[in-house]
Amino acid sequence: MKQLKNILLLLTIAVSFSLSAQNNAGLKLPEGFKATLFADTIGSARHITITSNGVIFAKLMYPNKAGKSIIRLEDANMDGVADKITGWANYGGTGIYVKGKDLYATSDNDVYLYQLNEKDEVINPLSPKTIVKGLIAKNQHASKSITLDGQNNVYVNIGAYSNACQEKDRIKGSKGMMPCPILDSAGGIWKFDGKKENQVYGDGKRYATGLRNVVGLDWNTKTNSLFVMQHGRDQLNSFYPEYYSDAQSAELPAETMYELHDGDNVGWPYVYFDPYQKKKILSPEYGGDGKKEGGENAINPTVFFPAHMAPNALLFYTGSQFPEKYKNGAFIAFHGSWNRAPLPQEGYFVAFVPFKNGKPSGEWEIFANGFSGLSGDEKVMNPRKAKSRPCGLAQGPDGSLYVSDDARGSIFKISYSK
Amino acid sequence: MIGKCLVFLMVFLLGTKAIVNAQDLVKGKKLYETRCLVCHQADGGGVPNMNAPLDGSSNVVGNNIARLVRIIKNGYSEKIALDGYYYNNVMTPNPDLKEADIANVLSYVRTSWSNKASKITLAQVQAALKKK
Repeated sequence: MKQLKNILLLLTIAVSFSLSAQNNAGLKLPEGFKATLFADTIGSARHITITSNGVIFAKLMYPNKAGKSIIRLEDANMDGVADKITGWANYGGTGIYVKGKDLYATSDNDVYLYQLNEKDEVINPLSPKTIVKGLIAKNQHASKSITLDGQNNVYVNIGAYSNACQEKDRIKGSKGMMPCPILDSAGGIWKFDGKKENQVYGDGKRYATGLRNVVGLDWNTKTNSLFVMQHGRDQLNSFYPEYYSDAQSAELPAETMYELHDGDNVGWPYVYFDPYQKKKILSPEYGGDGKKEGGENAINPTVFFPAHMAPNALLFYTGSQFPEKYKNGAFIAFHGSWNRAPLPQEGYFVAFVPFKNGKPSGEWEIFANGFSGLSGDEKVMNPRKAKSRPCGLAQGPDGSLYVSDDARGSIFKISYSK
Repeated sequence: MIGKCLVFLMVFLLGTKAIVNAQDLVKGKKLYETRCLVCHQADGGGVPNMNAPLDGSSNVVGNNIARLVRIIKNGYSEKIALDGYYYNNVMTPNPDLKEADIANVLSYVRTSWSNKASKITLAQVQAALKKK
């Protein structure tokens, strides 16, 4: 009897795996692409990173049920599903990035460095080096995302602990502070030495400012520059109904991608980018009315997207498995909106923007959809109804694309074959 | 006859009270839609990791009315642990809301979706604000 039960269980598992393979783990993909559910319910998986051996590390927003917050996943038998899953660390956070045998991970305050051995197993799980410490984290936009350039510099997002730098955050009628004092220690990207221990603010450099919050960022090896995705501001209509209707507020401001160079200013909190006027518009907290322009010294976006979709990961595709069109282009994981309510939510997909010679060479498009698990073209009305929310991206050594999700705790593997 | 009249009067009074209450809930819903819905969502489900849910929330249906009244009035800016999850977005204060408005919107959220807690009276809100 017990044997029969075991056989039935194995059969069920086998069938569900093959079903998952048949229906691409529930994802809708362009022709020729396939997806598998690489891992499931590992915890609130934020960013992911992959070693040259194909070992994946995921950073969890909170420790999972086993109390671990960095998860190591390996697919030893190469069937597209992780078969060896272990973990360590007990601090929540978003950022994780591997370079050779150096594995960087972040809490909301610090950046840590772990060492991997030849098998990409962590050598010092309990005693990482502290690379940066004491970064500001005040609940809102507290997570620290990281990436590295070719010279071992680590770029850290320090999000603004505010919506629009009002004297009183998110209070109707409260004016914007001038100048915005938050920008001294947050609301930008800071650059630190990736090898030096115990750095604090003074050891780093404010590389770019005027960014409300960045979660997705990547170093583009073709342009040799940093690209980031900003999370645009919220609640224009809640605070300024005289200038913005529900419908306008749902569409404003654009979610924006920027190419950043040393010293750049993106303009938050003084301006936001309007995707219809295609202009930097003065924030109402600073005297704007939805039409007045501002931000003369602020840079323009490289690409802009519809509002509030929450871009949580950015990845420039350097592999050769995908068709030529994808080479050097940008994948963006849109976590999905919440503040378009009462209108239907948007995002909950992975988008793609083609690039040529370091510049966008075409319109953005949806690459992978269906993460919400809703049937057909049904839109997410309430965020908790979305089964999965794309949050992290990583490229495998074979050129496959991995997408992590912090709602259900899954990792999808997307591959292409002719 | 007098007895019948009394019964009639009582039914009439109770009926009026029910109507008034229903109107309060309508007002509460209206307030919810203009002030609360964008963050707490139409289904009261909130936003994972950001905005706390109201539907099924042990705080919302709980007995600490004073705390609920104060959060609506003064907002909330700490990370909150609720029913095993954390939420970190700022709750906007509503200093301009009248006591009756607070009673109405609280009554609405405590009796909507899967919530089946008691409605909140004006007297409860006044008592809560006196406590401090």
